[in-house]
Amino acid sequence: MEELIQQLFNGVFLGSIYALLALGYTMVYGIIGLINFAHGDVYMIGAFIGFFLITELHLNFWVTLVLTMGLCALVGMLIEFLAYRPLRHHGAPKITSLITAIGVSFLLENGMSFLFGGDSRSFPQAIKLVNFKVGFIHITNIQLLILIVSIALMVLLQFIVQKTKMGRAMRAVSVDQEAANIVGIKVDQTISFTFAIGSALAGAAGVLIGLYYNSLDPLMGMAPGIKSFIAAVFGGIGSIPGAAIGGWLIGLIETLTFTLGISSWKDAVVYAVLIVVLLVRPNGIFGKKAGEKV
Amino acid sequence: MNLLEVKNLTKNFGGLTAVDDVSLHVADQELVALIGPNGAGKTTIFNLLTGVNTPSSGTISLKIDEKLQLLNQQPVSKIADLGLARTFQNIRLFEQMTVLDNVMVAMTSKVSENPLSEVLRLPSFYEKETQMKDKAIKLLELFDLAESVDQKASNLAYGQQRRLEIVRALATEPKLLFLDEPAAGMNPRETAELTASIKMIQEKFKIAIILIEHDMKLVMELAQRIYVLEYGRLIAEGQPKEIQNNPEVIRAYLGGDDLELF
Repeated sequence: MEELIQQLFNGVFLGSIYALLALGYTMVYGIIGLINFAHGDVYMIGAFIGFFLITELHLNFWVTLVLTMGLCALVGMLIEFLAYRPLRHHGAPKITSLITAIGVSFLLENGMSFLFGGDSRSFPQAIKLVNFKVGFIHITNIQLLILIVSIALMVLLQFIVQKTKMGRAMRAVSVDQEAANIVGIKVDQTISFTFAIGSALAGAAGVLIGLYYNSLDPLMGMAPGIKSFIAAVFGGIGSIPGAAIGGWLIGLIETLTFTLGISSWKDAVVYAVLIVVLLVRPNGIFGKKAGEKV
Repeated sequence: MNLLEVKNLTKNFGGLTAVDDVSLHVADQELVALIGPNGAGKTTIFNLLTGVNTPSSGTISLKIDEKLQLLNQQPVSKIADLGLARTFQNIRLFEQMTVLDNVMVAMTSKVSENPLSEVLRLPSFYEKETQMKDKAIKLLELFDLAESVDQKASNLAYGQQRRLEIVRALATEPKLLFLDEPAAGMNPRETAELTASIKMIQEKFKIAIILIEHDMKLVMELAQRIYVLEYGRLIAEGQPKEIQNNPEVIRAYLGGDDLELF
C-alpha cells in the first residue's frame, strides 16, 4: 500500500512532464490539424539548450529555464516556417504535412547526434537535490519543482488562450481559418505563435526532465514524445484541459507498472492504453467532435 | 470618386467562367444589391472582392485616403484591415466561442498590443481589453444581443446568429460591408427586423453595403441601385423601379417575357 501511494506521487511528477508536452501536441493539432511528430525532439533540444546554458554559461536554473523556453519557441517557429508553412500555402494534403513532421523529427534526432554525438551526457545538478519525507512518502525538491513549474505554466497558458487577444485569435483560427482571416486575423502569425507557445512548454519540460533524470541524449525525445501524443489523444486531442489530464493519467499508468512488478512492460502498457482508448472512446475524455483522419 | 471600383472582373474555374467581365462600382454610403438566379456567380464575386479567391483577370480598387488602391493580390487579412467586411451565406461564426469573444476577436487587427504586456498582465493590457469589451457590448446592444454576451455562439437562435455575424463584421470597422443572403431562412418577422437593422447600419455607421439577396421585397425596399447577374455576366443595372420593368431581368428569372415578376 505504501509502495502504491509512493508510486502514485511519482506518477504525478512524471505525468507533469507528459502534460507539458501533450499541450504542444494538442494546441498544434487544434489549430492546423497536424500531429507534429517533431514535438518530442523540441523537448530534446530544450534539454540540450539547458545543458549548455548551465555548463558553459554557468547560468542559474531559473534564468536557464526562461531562456530555454524562449529559444525553443524560436525553434518551433522556425520548424513551422520552414517545414509546414510552405506545404500549407500550397494546399498540400494533411498526410504530406504528417510525413514532413516525421521527417523533421528524424532530421533533428540525427542532426543532433551528428553535431554532439549520440552518447548520453549527464545533466548538471543546477539545483541541489534535497529529500523530504512526508509520512512514509519520499519526495525530492526537484519533483516538487517539476509539479509547481508545470502547473504555473498551465495556468499561464490557460490565461493566454482564454483572455488575451492572441489566444482569442488562436481559438478563432482553430474553428474557421477563412472566417478568421476575413475578420482581419493574420492566420500565419497566429499559427506561428501557437508553435512558439507549444515549443516553449516542450523546452521547459526538457530542462525539468534533465534535472530529474540527470541525463540527456539526442534520442531522448522519442519515447516521451509518443507517450505525450498518447496523453493528448487520451485527453481528447485539441482540448487543452484534456492534454493536462491525459498527461497525468499516462504518468500514473506508467509508474503503476512498477508497483505491479511489470516495469519492463511500462511502454507496452502505455501503448496498450492508446489502443484501448482508440477502440472505446476514440475522441478521448474531453474530445468534442469526431476526429478527422490525418 | 467611388469607394469601390471593379473593372472587367473575370474568374475561371477550370473550363467554367463563373464571373465574366463584370464591372461595377459602389459610392460612399451607397446600398447596392446584387441579384440573379442561383449559380449566377454572386457569391463568387464576394469571394473575389474580399480576396478569398483571386481573379483570373480584372481589377478591384478601393478608395483609401482619396486615392484608389488596387486590392488584387493583397492577403485576405490585409483587405479586411483596409475596410472590407462580410457575412457568409451559410453562417460561419466561431461556434464554441462566446458571443462577446466572437466580436472582440474581430477587433484584433484594430488594437495593437505587445504580446509581452499581455502575458505580464500590465495595466495597459487591461485598459485595452476594457475598451474593446465596452465597444463590443455597445455594438451588441444595437442588435439586441447584449443579453447573450456570455453564451456560446452556437446556442443562439438562428436569427440571432445572423445578427451576430453582422456585428462581428462591423467590429472590424469596415467602409464597405458585404452581406451574403442575410435574410436566408428567416421568417417574415425576422426579415422585417433585419430590413430595419440594415437601414440603421447604413445611417449610423455611414458605410456602404453590398447585398446579395433573393427576398425581392427586402431588396426593393433597401437598395438604391441593383446589379443583375446571369451566368456570370451583368445583364442589367439600375434603380429598383427600372430593374422591375427590365425585360431581360424578367426573362432571366422566369424564362418568359409575359410574366409578372415583382
